[in-house]
Amino acid sequence: MPDETKDREAPGAVSEASGKKPGSLLTGVAFTYCPGSGCTHGSLNRLLAGIIGELGIRSKVILVGPVGCAEGIVKYIDVDAVEAPHGRATAVATGIKRSLPDRVVITYQGDGDLAAIGIAEVMHAATRGERISTVFLNNTVFGMTGGQMAPTSLIGQRTTTTPFGRDAQLSGMPFHVAEILTRLPGTAYVARTAMNSTANVAVTREAILRALEAQMQDRGFSIVEVMGICPVGWKMTPRDANTHLADQIIGEYPLQLFKDCVGSCDGGTGDGQVGPWTGDGGRGPQG
Amino acid sequence: MTRHLMKGCEAFAEATVRAGCHCFFGYPITPQSEVMEYLSWRLRDFPDGVFLQAESEVAAINMVYGAAAAGRRAMTSSSGPGISLMQEGLSYLAGAELPCLVANFCRTGPGLGGVEGSQCDYLQATRSGGHGGYRLLTLAPSTVQEMVHLTVLAFELAEQYRTPAMIFSDGILAQLAEPVSFDDLLVVTHPKPWAVTGADGRARNRIPRHFFSEASETDGLDPETVARYRAMTGKGPATPLIEAERLNLTLAEKYRRMAKEEARWEVIGDGTDFLLVAFGTIARVCEEVLDWLAGEGIRARLFRPITIFPFPSEALARAAAGVERVHVVEMNEGQMIDDVRIAVGREKPIGFYGRTAGGVLRVGEIGRAITGALARREIHA
Ligand SMILES: Cc1ncc(C[n+]2csc(CCOP(=O)(O)OP(=O)(O)O)c2C)c(N)n1
Ligand code: SF4
Repeated sequence: MPDETKDREAPGAVSEASGKKPGSLLTGVAFTYCPGSGCTHGSLNRLLAGIIGELGIRSKVILVGPVGCAEGIVKYIDVDAVEAPHGRATAVATGIKRSLPDRVVITYQGDGDLAAIGIAEVMHAATRGERISTVFLNNTVFGMTGGQMAPTSLIGQRTTTTPFGRDAQLSGMPFHVAEILTRLPGTAYVARTAMNSTANVAVTREAILRALEAQMQDRGFSIVEVMGICPVGWKMTPRDANTHLADQIIGEYPLQLFKDCVGSCDGGTGDGQVGPWTGDGGRGPQG
Repeated sequence: MTRHLMKGCEAFAEATVRAGCHCFFGYPITPQSEVMEYLSWRLRDFPDGVFLQAESEVAAINMVYGAAAAGRRAMTSSSGPGISLMQEGLSYLAGAELPCLVANFCRTGPGLGGVEGSQCDYLQATRSGGHGGYRLLTLAPSTVQEMVHLTVLAFELAEQYRTPAMIFSDGILAQLAEPVSFDDLLVVTHPKPWAVTGADGRARNRIPRHFFSEASETDGLDPETVARYRAMTGKGPATPLIEAERLNLTLAEKYRRMAKEEARWEVIGDGTDFLLVAFGTIARVCEEVLDWLAGEGIRARLFRPITIFPFPSEALARAAAGVERVHVVEMNEGQMIDDVRIAVGREKPIGFYGRTAGGVLRVGEIGRAITGALARREIHA
């Protein structure tokens, strides 16, 4: 579990862990994601901080954090931020965006937060075509509470609440957020990526940029589902966790650009479905 | 003075607009769906008007949380089951010290209950409806006109104290049409330098602020408190515990300040045979009960709490000082009696009359119940 006691924000204290670079929007607060685990939250937070910095939109961004390990992000990125109740980030973001339509509103959520307790809020925010962007880290477990089953856990996956492996009879089948949201006309951009290689990080970067672009072009709801590892929750070494991600998880959750209505998409009717990442231009293949 | 004949619901909705609240999120529920129906067209009059029918009360209160965080005057309105769903959100709003307004037009309960008006959510409204021991500044109007004034005041106090506020009413007042004026409303706003609006040329704002405090670990806390948490956390930083303590002390201090400054009440009549205590819709019926009792040769006075949190405890103690007996009337099974007992002390007998399944209690019904209880020297609590 992340160390919740180390969340003090000491302005100016640049830590090694966060790898703050000059010009980056990291606050410099030391990351408290499980140290040495290779937890994807760390690299994804850093990526998002870099993207916001690069776009020069700090003055416009309002970040909505979730409950879960993922909530750490509100401490690490130097933008206006709100912490939402568990699962309600897209509802909170809706309230913000409707209040301040010219701001860039981003939610950052884990799969317990988004796909379990918060699925209604996400579905309806997407249905309404809410002009917000969601960065969704799917690590197939509840990280913060100790590695319990999430709706996204694989069949057979051992978690602290499925000690004998997830049984479809008992707990249903893995839940595919990106595929489901793609069907909703209100979504303007839907992609699934990973962070397990330099190439995949580049794709994730591009996807987040497109998602923000979709929002800034007023096209609708945008979401990037990022497949990540939680070695501590999975009880694996970082190395085994990455192998598991590449061999098992990405098989269940293919990395794909599902929908891209940036620039054009007839009102986001779902016709913007564009299929798998093409593999050219540094985009893939992703494993 | 211009007067309009309006239902409580609609007058309330118009009052929120006049108070400068152009941000509504809600989910329909009887007996107050007209609030959102009214605002669905009314808020179109304003370029900054935000009206959104949410997918649930859970979503609605969290949208309010977002809008309030963004610095807007924001509100929602609901009834029993919907208010229950909002409790987690209200706890977050209270913990984040965000101003907003929530109206509860009570129906009957528990469970789905019925759509008749009642006061059965008194305990939920005045204690800590959700987790964490927070309070809502809660105003309970007894007429449609008073609802208009208290609504405007509620927004002001919510911002002044940085707290969610509640208009606590019932299905009867929601549906009652009365002449009402919106003239001379005093709208007071407070600056919101803490709002998240995008960090444009300033340090960033974070909500809730306490858990990311840039204050020194020891600010505002006595050395013993600090030492206690430092000892508890051993080598790790004590900051999260210290900040949690600081938040709860801040809230407790705020509630004490409210109790001192914001308790509101009214005393009607000057009879000394006994003191009648009632709030909201039923208090206005009790005004007529005073006359009914006078016809029976009994001279009573009525104490009407206007704020039910903070409860006007000291004022009630003063009002009860000269009488031997107190009689409480509520549209529930006696949820306010604890507060009355605390105010009047252990010795004074308290009688009670109430009905729980909705509908207005009639003057004669209350009068007879009271005279019967007086004759039997009946003590409820
Ligand atoms: C209403 C409510 N229920 C349960 C919890 C406990 N809880 C905290 S985080 C969490 C799950 C987080 O999992 P996920 O969203 O996958 O995020 P991760 O920790 O993996 O980043 C739960 C169940 C809570 N805080 N609030
Ligand atoms: S997601 Fe997993 S690895 Fe990352 S901080 Fe949480 S428990 Fe640790």
